[in-house]
Amino acid sequence: MYPDDRKYTKDHEWVLIAGDEAKIGITDYAQAQLGEVVYVELPEVGRTLKQGEIFGTIESVKAVSELFCPVSGEVTAVNTALADQPETVNTAPHDTWIVTLKVSEASEGAGLLDGAAYTALLG
Amino acid sequence: MTDATVPALKKTALHARHVALGARMVPFGGWEMPLEYGGLSSEHMAVRTAAGLFDVSHMGEIEVAGADALAAIQRISCNDASKLQIGQAQYSALTTAEGTIVDDLLVYRLADDHFLLVVNAANIAKDYRWIADAVGTVGDAVAVNASSRYALLAVQGPATVEVVQPLTGVELSELKYYWFATGEVAGQRVTLSRTGYTGEDGVEIFVAPQVADVVWQALTESGASLGLVPAGLGARDTLRLEAAMRLYGNDMDERTTVLEAGLGWIVGWDKADFIGRDALRRQKADGVARKIVGFEMIDKGIGRAGYETFVGGKAVGRVTSGTQTPFLKKAIGMALMPIAHATPETEFEVEIRGRRARARVVPMPFYKRRRS
Repeated sequence: MYPDDRKYTKDHEWVLIAGDEAKIGITDYAQAQLGEVVYVELPEVGRTLKQGEIFGTIESVKAVSELFCPVSGEVTAVNTALADQPETVNTAPHDTWIVTLKVSEASEGAGLLDGAAYTALLG
Repeated sequence: MTDATVPALKKTALHARHVALGARMVPFGGWEMPLEYGGLSSEHMAVRTAAGLFDVSHMGEIEVAGADALAAIQRISCNDASKLQIGQAQYSALTTAEGTIVDDLLVYRLADDHFLLVVNAANIAKDYRWIADAVGTVGDAVAVNASSRYALLAVQGPATVEVVQPLTGVELSELKYYWFATGEVAGQRVTLSRTGYTGEDGVEIFVAPQVADVVWQALTESGASLGLVPAGLGARDTLRLEAAMRLYGNDMDERTTVLEAGLGWIVGWDKADFIGRDALRRQKADGVARKIVGFEMIDKGIGRAGYETFVGGKAVGRVTSGTQTPFLKKAIGMALMPIAHATPETEFEVEIRGRRARARVVPMPFYKRRRS
């Protein structure tokens, strides 16, 4: 369910790190809690983010939820396709990245949860 | 773990049924209620295209009876209850002396001298005190909080009659909008009311809590082939907003008058005195300074309850309800705006988490069903 190719946060983001690039999205658990996503507010490309900083918001019909940055870095791309198809966050949460970052603190990834630890967190 | 300072949430007679159906349960008005079962949008769409089954047993029921019951209702309720025939219901509000809203409610005339008031869950205790105090000054009338005697189910949607009719001897085609009748559903004694909070055709079914699940199950079985699904408070909120029905606590409260809420049509202007009449007459003559408007977002984003509104960079009002609606697929809402910025087509801005997004005043309702 929660693959070990990536890491997870307690705030229910996933981060897939390859070299110094990090792709970030939200977990299947997060999308199920939110319900149908209708809007994703994205940061600007080039913005520098610190670990734990809010980088956007995700809205379902019933709720607004903030997106917390799993690792520090500079935003290199945002998924503009979400403007027209925000529901892909629901249908394919682990294949739908929201932003990519150029990671600035490679060591931070080690402090995140692996698949088993995240599954345990969900109880 | 329970926090000793927070009273335990109340459960309706159908609580176990909701849990068995996998509903996500949330606190609402002191009750633990189903927010959604299979998904808010699909429940919303089912009500617009087929039917939804709601448990709204959290709503309060207060009965007023006695020789002077009509006079008592006329004193506390701003609409004109003398126009009600036995078997007829009316939307109204309990008003303060300032014309603001203690609660909105439905007034059912059970008999010449017997009324049933259906009030909001979160306001039951407040309303009962308000009503009992006022009724005490009128004469031969008494108010009883009968909320625990009723479970309340709502079947809403164009397939309502097909779902309910096979289970009852009450001829639903003869039960007009805002009329009610007593009878049986699935062998249980009920009151069937042609009312609802979704903007669709529907019936609400008052039944004793002990047999509520019998009725729920019979409706579920009858509706299975007709597209009926259980629907939660989430869909109830988006449905009522599309239909521009006000939500107490959001779009109106004790700081907004009936006229500011855009509910002048529920004021019985011609009837004798009622609490708040003078204030409302004065406001009607002078004109309101602000009122509830409908709006649509122009820019991306959802203007949600509590967000501030701006015109020319200046804060002017606030959003009172807002969502992305599943049926219209637009971000819509209601806002309390100064009268100068309340005309359809007027543009304003909503501050969404530090960003200003444009919105436009539009006429309400956002959605109106086709009547056959």
